[in-house]
Amino acid sequence: MGDFDFQVILDSLPFLWQGLQLSLWLTFLSIIGGIIFGTLLALARLSGFWPLSLVAATYVNLLRSIPLILVIFWFYFLVPLVLGYPIGGFYSALIAFVMFEAAYYSEIMRAGIQSVRKGQVHAGQSTGLSYWQIQRYIVLPQAFRNMIPILVTQGIILFQDTSLVFVVSLRDFMTASSIVARTEGRLVEMYIFAAIVYFTICFAASLYVRHLKNRMAT
Amino acid sequence: MIEIENISKWYGDFQVLKDCSSKVKKGEVVVVCGPSGSGKSTLIKCVNGLEPVQQGRISVEGLEVTSKATNLTQLRSRIGMVFQHFELYPHMSVLENLCLSQEKVLKRSRDEAVERAESLLNRVGLIDHRNKYPGQLSGGQQQRVAIARSLAMDPIAMLFDEPTSALDPEMINEVLDVMVKLAQEGMTMMVVTHEMGFAKKVADRVIFMDEGMVIEDRNTHDFFNNPESDRAKDFLSKILNH
Repeated sequence: MGDFDFQVILDSLPFLWQGLQLSLWLTFLSIIGGIIFGTLLALARLSGFWPLSLVAATYVNLLRSIPLILVIFWFYFLVPLVLGYPIGGFYSALIAFVMFEAAYYSEIMRAGIQSVRKGQVHAGQSTGLSYWQIQRYIVLPQAFRNMIPILVTQGIILFQDTSLVFVVSLRDFMTASSIVARTEGRLVEMYIFAAIVYFTICFAASLYVRHLKNRMAT
Repeated sequence: MIEIENISKWYGDFQVLKDCSSKVKKGEVVVVCGPSGSGKSTLIKCVNGLEPVQQGRISVEGLEVTSKATNLTQLRSRIGMVFQHFELYPHMSVLENLCLSQEKVLKRSRDEAVERAESLLNRVGLIDHRNKYPGQLSGGQQQRVAIARSLAMDPIAMLFDEPTSALDPEMINEVLDVMVKLAQEGMTMMVVTHEMGFAKKVADRVIFMDEGMVIEDRNTHDFFNNPESDRAKDFLSKILNH
């Protein structure tokens, strides 16, 4: 003991920063894509048109019953087969995350949509707005606002999950930390540092969630 | 203008409307009253197709509400509706509440929509509140905004579904005043309400409902002075003695 070398962290900061950028970028894009696709799934599920709801419900239940790491693998091998050409680790991981997270976001948005009173829809209908206009201008903005804290919480989980992309050889923050840890032989220092970085980001985000909840409660 | 012919409606096994018929002529004000659960709100919601009916037909200005071929969206844009719980959009300012459907449905320009909205807010005495959000207004003010929102669509008729039932007593009159003025200007109105003072003052006819049926449908004077059915007599004695 006593021979910790934290200099290795400083020396590898630019390399780690690149990894962190990839993690954050992948998180950001997956949240956007996941919420958009998830919202469409929620609308499908609530549509009242049973074949559409059935497809959406099946999709959601299927994806929620499979480990994420398997989904990442699937898309890594499946997408090139479908498209006929490889799209690289990043895009296949992004598609996997969007498809996977959409299943969770759809359940959140479904609860959000149901939290908007039916009278709001009636008000929109009675002034001649179409179904899509009612969703776009009346229901979804309220559903989204009611669900922001849970959407952010899901985003935090997603950020942690991006560490799984090592399976498709992407160099996210976790992978970058591992590479430094192994090549420099500084496992303890690097893994402590990685934990601190994940903790700081996730904890800050969860404080933000708490702040949002308090603001919404007043 | 509004023709309701033998409509029946069920929620599962429960029949909420039983063979209801009535007519509302242009410029007429008709009050629908009756004990709670009598189907009056459901009836009024059927008029603009918010609630589907299983039997009978409804037409508004010759357009069949109950026909699948009718463009309900277009029809609804011409019939204003005011709700018990106001149903203003909480995430939009008062002005935006009034402009949304004008721009999206009537395709008015922003300037036209704002001009129309402001003139109506003036009329209901709330022009100073145009940039506030519904949550910052009292119940009475919200309901006046909701009436203005409906009027902004230049409706050919207005439906009111218990517009004062959710209000504190001291706010009821400000809403009724707006409705009285509207009636005097010749608006065709169908009003579900327990406000018998309003009914006596402006209604041409009263429809009395109980257990999903239209029990009486008569001119206002006759309804109040000599109701035919025992149920109406009983209802009036309860509601007028307080």
